Formats: sequence, C-alpha cells, structure tokens
Amino acid sequence: MNKPVMHKPAPLPTSDTAEYWQACNRDELLYQRCDNCSHVQFYPRRICTVCQSNDLGWHRSAQKGTIHSFTVVHRAANRAFDADVPFVLALIDLDEGFRMMTNVIGEECRTATIGRRVRVVFEQHSSGQKLPQAILEPLA
Amino acid sequence: MARKALITGAADTPVGRLPEHNCMSLHVAAAQGAITDAGLKPSDIDGVLAAFSFTQPHMMLASVFCEYMGLKPGFTTAVQSGGATACTAVALAAALVEAGMCKHVLVVTGDNRLSGLPPGGAAAMLAQFGHPEFEQPYGISIPAAYALVAQRYMHEYGVLPEHLAAIAVTQRGHAALHPHAHMREPITIADVMNSRIISTPLKLLDCCLVSDGAAAVVLSAPENVSASADGIALLGSGQGHTHEHISSAPSLLDFGCAQSAEQAFARAGVAVSDIDVAEIYDSFTITLAVELESMGFFSKGEAGPAAAAGALGLKGQLPCNTHGGLLSYGHSGAAGGMFHVVEAVNQLKHRAGPRQVDDAELALVHGDGGILSAHCSLILGRVH
Repeated sequence: MNKPVMHKPAPLPTSDTAEYWQACNRDELLYQRCDNCSHVQFYPRRICTVCQSNDLGWHRSAQKGTIHSFTVVHRAANRAFDADVPFVLALIDLDEGFRMMTNVIGEECRTATIGRRVRVVFEQHSSGQKLPQAILEPLA
Repeated sequence: MARKALITGAADTPVGRLPEHNCMSLHVAAAQGAITDAGLKPSDIDGVLAAFSFTQPHMMLASVFCEYMGLKPGFTTAVQSGGATACTAVALAAALVEAGMCKHVLVVTGDNRLSGLPPGGAAAMLAQFGHPEFEQPYGISIPAAYALVAQRYMHEYGVLPEHLAAIAVTQRGHAALHPHAHMREPITIADVMNSRIISTPLKLLDCCLVSDGAAAVVLSAPENVSASADGIALLGSGQGHTHEHISSAPSLLDFGCAQSAEQAFARAGVAVSDIDVAEIYDSFTITLAVELESMGFFSKGEAGPAAAAGALGLKGQLPCNTHGGLLSYGHSGAAGGMFHVVEAVNQLKHRAGPRQVDDAELALVHGDGGILSAHCSLILGRVH
C-alpha cells in the first residue's frame, strides 16, 4: 500500500482510457459497446466482459440517467475532501445501459433520491482534467 | 471425512490499542499461541501463509515473518483478498495438507493499524481500494461504498436504520463477554442512531473498528494428528466473485456470498439449517445483513428485524458473531477475518466460556473482501 494521499486524486488516463478522458475535456461522455455481442460496458477497457471479444466501439452518450443509489458523505477518508463535506456520492444508470460513479452537484444536490433523473455535466478538476458529474433534472 | 484437513490450533492476541506491539511482534504472539494450542513446536510447522500489513507493507510479508520468527518452511506465500483473506488462506492451507504438500500449515495475520498509523490513516489507505480513475476522484471511501449498498437495500426492502442498528447492539453484547474485545461497553439502539453520521445511512456505530491485533490458526493433515485429539475439520469451503469496484458490481442487492456459501454447503454436505453458530464478516451492519440473507439464513430484508427480535443472540435462532465481530471485537486487517475463524474454533471446542453456544457442532465462517466483492465461506465441524 502507498502512504495516505492528501490531495484530491486526479484521473490519470491509461492507454485504455485516454480517448474517454479527452472526450470529457470536450464535454462529451463516451462509453464502449461490443461490436460482436452489443454488450454496453463501463469503464473503458480492451475486452468485452461478456463475450471477451476485443472488438469494442466508442459511442457518445446522451448524458441522461437515473440515480441507482447515493450517499451523503459526512466524513471523508481522504483529507483532501474535508472542505467538500457533506457531499453526495452516487451511482448513476445512464440511459444507454451503463453505470458510473459521480458526485451529484449543484444547489439542489441534497434533495437527491433513488430514481431521480440526472444529466451528466463536466466539472473542471484541479488537475486540469474535466470530470463527469451529475446534476439533478427538475422534478416533472 | 478421513482426508479432511483439521484445524489443530487457533489463537488471537488481545485486540485494541497495543502501542507496546508492532506488526511482526503481533504476528509472533498469535503464531506462538496457535502452535502451542495445536500441541506442536515451531519446528513442526512446514507451511506458512501470511497476509498483508498497512504498517509494515512488504511484497513478501510471509518471508519477512518467517525470517523474524526463525521459521524455514517448505512452503510459504502471502495471500491477499482483502477481508476474504483469512478464510481464503485457511482454505488454501487445507488444500496444502490434503494434497500432502505440508503436514502442518500455520496461517498468521495481524497488524497494528490503530497505533502504528496517524489518526485516520487506515481509512485513508483503505479509500485507495476505489478505482483510481472512476471512483477515487469522487471522494469514495469504504464506508461510502457500503452506504451505497445500504441505501439501495433499505429502499428496496423497506428496512429502517433501527433494524441495522440492532445488529451492532447484539454484537456489542457478545463482545462484553470476551476479555480480548476492543469495545465492551454495552450500547443501545438509540446510541447507534445518535452516533455521528459517517456516510448516510451509516453512522459511526454501524461501522467496524480500527484495532491492533493478530490471530493465527494451524491446519494439519489428519494422519499427523493423534486420533484422541479433539478435532475440528474444515468440512468444505467455497468462493464467489462478481466484481472488485462497487461501480462495477452487477447488482447492489445480490452478491457472491450466495454462490460462496452454496458451494461450501455442497462440499461439506450440510444445509443452512444445520449451522449452529455463524461467524460472518461484518465490516458494517449492512454487510452482515446482506450476507445473512444472501446465504439463506433469513429472507431479504429480514436480518435486521430478526436481530432486533434476538435471533442473532447466543440463545437465538442463529448465534452470530459471538465474539462481537469487526463491529465490537476488533478489526486488524486480515486478522479481522481471522478473529471470526478463531472464535468458530473456540465455539466448536466448547471453550468459549460465557459466550458458549450450547452443543455447537457445526459453524459457518465467512469473509468478504472489497465492497462485497470477494467472498469465501468455510464450514467447520467437530470430528468425533
């Protein structure tokens, strides 16, 4: 194990994820779909987790989804997040069929509930990389 | 049953804040206890499995331990699968003696992650279990990850925070009966509900402890154990794996514990209803609820209400975590899961004192690594 980290972890793109993170910097959310079996997957990688095909295609998400679960974090494990508590951590199900972790941000974020509709926006990380985040859609 | 490996020795150290100890001194204290309990000498040990440490991290911790203690085994390696490590290492040790590769395998775990790290150090290191690109930038912690499971579980089954709190209260009552336990002060449902919010819906007393401590067991080939010995056999083991990171879990309601337990029950030739005592990984109250239900001890959403009605007590339907578990006995890394194994052995040897479950013949031990990611189940039984 490494020493405890005291800075907000920055996403460090790998050869699997560079295209994804570059798209985030253009305010675009990408996901992978298997060209062989049509399985949709997230996070990006070199192999389909269902049929193990290596033929994966990038697709652009419409950035709309639903909160599958969430928690309001009152005690951060990484001290770099101390100034942000309480903050909302969530698992978001995108309409294209993949799940991702984000924060729910925005003034109304504490009204988050399971099943609430969200859209993905992009937030500047201190590292310079843009991070996908979720913002609540107005209640119908 | 003749070929099943026997657990011939089991021991743990006091658990809590132990500044007089370090990582390796804790390992040795537990190892000496287990070897003595087995009626063996250190030179009888020809296999050693160790795990991992936060305060003395090393790529070859088993070799470091063997060097420190002066052991020269014929087989040694470290095992790492988070909270499933202890059960996994016990299963592996059994395989080694059943295959004839070793006669007596020592499995030793321990860490001084409370006194050997700065405040909050263990939680900060554990947060690095999150995916570096797709979870850690969002401030994930282990409690937050389990809180995501808890929130969905409560939403799905209509379970209340008070139901989960009953699990913590039950286990504190058990810890009060164990002289080694880290936390022995009785608590109430109100205490749990009023404790500091960590990550909704989990409060401080829904969360496991951070403790110094160590635990070890010895597994022996049956032909190397005298027939008169009070034998505890590993009757069967199983594993289940679905993901590592919680954002990649196929479900927040069903986890690999179901397959793990099913495989262990099948290999042991027993049923869930046969189990007399269960020692199940309880990193959080939600962890135990999900595992108990997935393994078939209770219907979905019923573990908490059952705990509130006394089902997990020493005289209950399923005496569970009779030492107090990770919530109250203590959590010292890989040793956290090994405390469950040691307690199961103590119960089956009928030497658990005031915690003794009447006529305990068959025990289930379960470990969970990651965020309900890696599961390993053991079925232990008395051999007559």
